[in-house]
Amino acid sequence: MNNHLERSPTASMGVKLKDKMSGIIGKKVGMTSIFDADGKNIPCTVIEAGPCVVTQVKTEEKDGYSSIQLGYDEKKEKNTTQPLKGHFAKANTTPKRKLVEFDSFTTALNLGDVVTVDSFAEGDFVDVVGTSKGKGFQGVVKRHGFAGVGMQTHGQHNRLRAPGSLGASSFPSRVFKGMRMAGRTGGDRVKVQNLQVLKVYAEQNLLVVSGSIPGAKGSYVILDK
Amino acid sequence: MDLVKFVEEQAIAKKDFPAFKSGDTVSVHYKIREGNKERVQIYQGVVIQRNSAGANETFTVRKMSNGVGVERIFPVNSPNIEKVEVNSYGKVRRAKLFYLRALTGKAARIKSLRK
Repeated sequence: MNNHLERSPTASMGVKLKDKMSGIIGKKVGMTSIFDADGKNIPCTVIEAGPCVVTQVKTEEKDGYSSIQLGYDEKKEKNTTQPLKGHFAKANTTPKRKLVEFDSFTTALNLGDVVTVDSFAEGDFVDVVGTSKGKGFQGVVKRHGFAGVGMQTHGQHNRLRAPGSLGASSFPSRVFKGMRMAGRTGGDRVKVQNLQVLKVYAEQNLLVVSGSIPGAKGSYVILDK
Repeated sequence: MDLVKFVEEQAIAKKDFPAFKSGDTVSVHYKIREGNKERVQIYQGVVIQRNSAGANETFTVRKMSNGVGVERIFPVNSPNIEKVEVNSYGKVRRAKLFYLRALTGKAARIKSLRK
């Protein structure tokens, strides 16, 4: 059993597992495009990230696992609950709106330390986590990529975007669990992996990553290197 | 939105093209890389539109090539554009000259403006 764990598929292929080193919390600002050295026009997303404050350091001895909690974005003291006020006072910082735990930091951080975009460099690959835009109640064509009927005539009436059959009849006499159907779409936690950092503007706390990231403008995103 | 503008301003290298608008005849000197070799291709035609603004601004150049209309869209801020020469200024009454697509030969001429 132990042996099985050691031989992960990536290790056997000689592929080094991605070294995660740091993370940061930010806000999606918007999209634009940048020309690279070859003259290619690359779509990119601007993220305003950090400075984040270390609000808690969890250790193996005390909490059973080790991680670092970062806080981002100011909020008013009057909107902060009493327990959280104490939590922020411990780290000697102002109340923060967003708190996220990271298990990936390789550098040792102490309570009250500040993490900025400086920990990212141009050319780094990052994973970005966001909450996708909510679409409301959607049919199977938008929600699961069903193809629809594809014909408007030949007796389709009003079934152009219908899901069709949900399964067989007397056996199994029920609809299988997990059958893809219409329902609430979007608003989920979505991770996009391996986006390249194209630019870092430390003074403005800005990161520019290639491609698109989930969520609306102004929504919180979590970056993981 | 200001921060997006900031990124755009930082990222684009300002180029000093002569001012041109739709109706003008221009030659675009476009760098083309073939393997390791780089050469400049000149594309001459009439500007039929200038589209969007900021870092994503483009212009469309239309020309007739062997009797077939060819349109090419160039990003203004593309590093591959070496230079843009204005051959003649046209006298037109609209910003988008899509009506030229329906015209050929003598009808597709544009009166040149003396400057």
